[in-house]
Amino acid sequence: MDAIILQILNGLDKGSAYALIALGLTLIFGTLGVVNFAHGALFMIGAFCAVTMNRLLTLSHEVLDPTKKDFLGNPLKVKTPYISEWFGPETGAALIDWAVPLSILLTIPVMIGIGFVMERGLIKHFYKRPHADQILVTFGLAIVLQEIIKYFYGANPIPTPAPDAFRGSFDFGVLLGFDANTIIYPYWRLVYFGFAAMIIGAVFAFLQFTTFGMVVRAGMADRETVGLLGINIDRRFTIMFGIAAAVAGLAGAMYAPINSPNYHMGMDFLVLSFVVVVVGGMGSLPGAVAAGFMLGVLESFASMNEIKSLIPGIDQIIIYLVAIIILLTRPRGLMGRKGVMEE
Amino acid sequence: MSTSNFTRRGVLKTGVVAGAGLALPTIFTASSAAAFTNEPTGSSVTLGFNVPQTGPYADEGLDELRAFELAVQHLNGEGDAGMMNTFSSKALKGNGILGKKVEFVTGDTQTKSDAARASAKSMIEKDKAVMISGGSSSGVAVAVQGLCQEAGVIFMAGLTHSNDTTGKDKKANGFRHFFNAYMSAAALAPVLQKLYGSERAAYHLTADYTWGWTQQASIQAATEALGWKTVNNVLTPLAQTDFSSYIAPVLNSGADVLVLNHYGGNMVNSLTNAVQFGLRDKQVNGKNFEIIVPLYSELMAKGAGANIKGIVGSQNWDWKLQDEGTKAFVKSFGEKYGFPPSQAAQTCYAQTILYADAVERAGSFNPCAVAEALEGFEFDGLGNGATTYRKEDHQCFKDVLVVRGAMTPESEFHLVEIVEVTPMAQVTYDPEHPMFAGGQLGACNPGA
Amino acid sequence: MFGLDRKDASLLIVVAALTLLAPFILNPFPEGSSLAQFNAGYPDLMQRFVIFGIFAIGFNILFGLTGYLSFGHAAFLGVGSYSAVWMFKLLSMNVIPAIILAVIVSGLFAVVIGYVSLRRSGIYFSILTLAFAQMSFALAYSVLTPITNGETGLQITLNDPRILGVSQTAQGGIPVTNIFGLEMRSTYQLDVGPWLFQFNAGYYLCAAIMLVAFYVAIRIFRSPFGLTLRAVKSNQQRLNYTGMNAKPYTLAAFVISGMYAGLAGGLMASMDPLAGAERMQWTASGEVVLMTILGGAGTLIGPILGAGFIKYFENIFSKINDNVLHGWFSFLPDGLENFIVGILHPFIGKGWHLTLGILFMLVVIFLPGGLVEGGQRIARWMKRGKASKSSQNTNPAE
Repeated sequence: MDAIILQILNGLDKGSAYALIALGLTLIFGTLGVVNFAHGALFMIGAFCAVTMNRLLTLSHEVLDPTKKDFLGNPLKVKTPYISEWFGPETGAALIDWAVPLSILLTIPVMIGIGFVMERGLIKHFYKRPHADQILVTFGLAIVLQEIIKYFYGANPIPTPAPDAFRGSFDFGVLLGFDANTIIYPYWRLVYFGFAAMIIGAVFAFLQFTTFGMVVRAGMADRETVGLLGINIDRRFTIMFGIAAAVAGLAGAMYAPINSPNYHMGMDFLVLSFVVVVVGGMGSLPGAVAAGFMLGVLESFASMNEIKSLIPGIDQIIIYLVAIIILLTRPRGLMGRKGVMEE
Repeated sequence: MSTSNFTRRGVLKTGVVAGAGLALPTIFTASSAAAFTNEPTGSSVTLGFNVPQTGPYADEGLDELRAFELAVQHLNGEGDAGMMNTFSSKALKGNGILGKKVEFVTGDTQTKSDAARASAKSMIEKDKAVMISGGSSSGVAVAVQGLCQEAGVIFMAGLTHSNDTTGKDKKANGFRHFFNAYMSAAALAPVLQKLYGSERAAYHLTADYTWGWTQQASIQAATEALGWKTVNNVLTPLAQTDFSSYIAPVLNSGADVLVLNHYGGNMVNSLTNAVQFGLRDKQVNGKNFEIIVPLYSELMAKGAGANIKGIVGSQNWDWKLQDEGTKAFVKSFGEKYGFPPSQAAQTCYAQTILYADAVERAGSFNPCAVAEALEGFEFDGLGNGATTYRKEDHQCFKDVLVVRGAMTPESEFHLVEIVEVTPMAQVTYDPEHPMFAGGQLGACNPGA
Repeated sequence: MFGLDRKDASLLIVVAALTLLAPFILNPFPEGSSLAQFNAGYPDLMQRFVIFGIFAIGFNILFGLTGYLSFGHAAFLGVGSYSAVWMFKLLSMNVIPAIILAVIVSGLFAVVIGYVSLRRSGIYFSILTLAFAQMSFALAYSVLTPITNGETGLQITLNDPRILGVSQTAQGGIPVTNIFGLEMRSTYQLDVGPWLFQFNAGYYLCAAIMLVAFYVAIRIFRSPFGLTLRAVKSNQQRLNYTGMNAKPYTLAAFVISGMYAGLAGGLMASMDPLAGAERMQWTASGEVVLMTILGGAGTLIGPILGAGFIKYFENIFSKINDNVLHGWFSFLPDGLENFIVGILHPFIGKGWHLTLGILFMLVVIFLPGGLVEGGQRIARWMKRGKASKSSQNTNPAE
């Protein structure tokens, strides 16, 4: 029982990353009709926004300390972050400690900017082109983006710790009446889950309750008619692309403490997030979110020893197995509409 | 067409000979004039350095390339000669190899056996390399070693830690300087006993492929010999990035030690996740919960950041060693690039020097002569202390370092501290040890 | 000729001439010159060109004709390689049985996967094929290690129980792949002045098979079967209304293209007896998609061009390093030399992915029909140039 609760927690947490990426992908696909293979790269850039924030806060000047020696026997260069000098060592250290949450401030403008540039500069010209061309050009873009990151940050993962306040884990087991240490869960992952739920809620509320969102939903349903009504749908779509990029970026920035970011993490997520989107049903936002959480939970269950001993290697293929079963029983995924991407 | 020089020397003799069922190994080139594949005839000799330049191990590959470049400089008599000064064999004179200037070509393995072989083949077929070195995973090493055996060139393995490279998949033309999973376990066991006692229950998370399995089996055997129990061994998919669902059940399993048989990105993530779950702050069975990472590398330590503090593992070499060879190497590497070399760099540098020295002593680039010169070769001064290249399996035997993530790093390069240097005798095993059985070196292959 | 019309026959002849003369065409620069870096005329790369050409031709039969975008075609290539290597291990080092088995096994595999996946269309079909391929990859890498040898890849060893043949040669080496005694690796080297041309037996075997494969593809494109497949692409619904069941046709196309992939896999194993799991990974499947679209999907020659383009970049650009660059520009003054090398540095060696990514984007943006369209544009431009010249002659007033 406790093991099952634990894996549900795990699954929800994993699922929230999948759901966030799938949400952005579906937003872009649903509004613009573009299959965006660079979406994983946007997630990765978001994570590197957190890294950059960390770097910015730790920008330092070097002072030679003749009392200590470096590895070559020369005087050691001691680095002092500017920020500690300006705000005093304690505030400085606290700011550096909180780099990841602070990076949200950097991530949102950066990602919206990247989203605008991408849409206006590239994606716009591909609305009328076949999906295969869209896939190829965005895939090319994904490679270019990740190689640029690799050029500046290297291929090695970069540790980006969460604030000290969120170190360690919370003991759910005691709360539910189990023994201590049976159901523990890291604080930061709980934060991530809450954060994801908030973003998902905000996106839905935005689409549901604002005029802007209403127009966008109308555009998703029938772009031409909305255009005929004299509404400038193009500009709104650009904004939607920016929002989708920001969602992916935020998902990435907050993910940085969970796994140290590296330049190919976007590609690792890309295939998985496409499976999520398709299982959810092309063009369906609730479908994408539901599929994200469902696959996350199932993946966690498959990694349980009891299940692994029944079917060895099940955790390697569970996502794909589930995708096949769902697509064979429900032709258009969980909540897909007829006729979308079926040619 | 008056300048054309059609030679007939390359006529296929294979068809005739092979008809008799005695296929002469004509390896890539059927020209019968050369005594062996890619015999250097001009004033220079080409070596091929095949390292990952794209993909997750790109930084490690880059460090290997730096070391190779440094080694080539030293062989050609440029720079301060580094470990050539401290090397016990004095055959090298700093005028290239056998008087031929050393040139090199580089390639990208992409950490895929296919791509690595394609790259190595182009070095052999197009650039006429006589030796291939490098690599940063065992899959690639075994694949390229097989290719070099078929092609008739020498393979000096880079970073490869699986028992199989010099065990079940050993080849006469392949040589490994790096240590292996068995040695890691043998070196770690006594230290673990000293640090954590002999009544421990271990939980293994193991990368689900060949290297992971050999690593896990080696550690399990070594720790069970101490009296440790093995609670569970869970295989994790290679493509896994989030290990939370594997780590969450550990604390409740009754284990008080977690062994992470992971490498590279897998290891960085699983360790980060384990520390996130607060495992290291917990008490189980009245003991502090401990995490062990059998194979360490500087780049992984860097990727895991502060999570690495106090975590025990093993290394082939570390720049903080105090012998003369290490000091000379760190000095010339550090002065050229501005930071200390990694163990991958050291093993690649050593392999290049060892190859050059063997050619010099053998007086020939012929792979069979080189192999003979390397087999049973005893040397010192390359940073690992007294070392032997064992004849039976082409594995180097030397001391192994047990290290621990530095608790109070003095500088950004100070990632690990050396706990103990386990002497060679303790990590030596019989060539017919069951973990290494099942392969044969075969005969050395000179190619053409 | 061969039942082809004139245009197709001349295309086939051109392709045949190009493949046969490839050792010359791909080695335009003399040995030892600084441009020799760009030579691609060595056996391994030439073999790869034609093998991936076969793979892409086969993929195009499915994608170019029916519009079904399979994202798991590499699985068939991998299965073909594994079957071929097992044939070498168990039966004989002759490549013929290995290639035949590779085609048969991958064909069977394709029947199963195709039968299931073709129940859906569009992106749902793509994801189904992707899922099957990723499952094959994951299992081959880990659980199926006894069959596939996992991470290390399946190789030939000294103690294979070969029924027709020996486990070891008289010298104690591993026997090599051959076709009735002619070794795949045997190469005839031709020195012409400073040039070195290599004629490799394995390459010519692959080239011959590719020509046959290309010929078969042309016949399929021009057959009533091919027309039906095109009908599936343009409007499957209308096809159904005419009372025709499209499924057997698409399944046939899927299986044929899977067999092409298996053939390519079998040939890869024959040239270099190793089969690794990463041949089945989604990136490998993606690569053949890129090759086909980049070259020009639905055209006959496009996929071959795309395959050559990508393999050339992978093998040539990844090997250019700073040393090579300094060699090229050493004639310039030091400061300028370092500057140029500094600018080029991110794009070569470890940065070859970046170059490839940029080229993808440029081709897709400016040449919607792929490289083939590029060729057509050049041809048209040259024609127009001629035409305008002639019009100038006749009509100087304009």
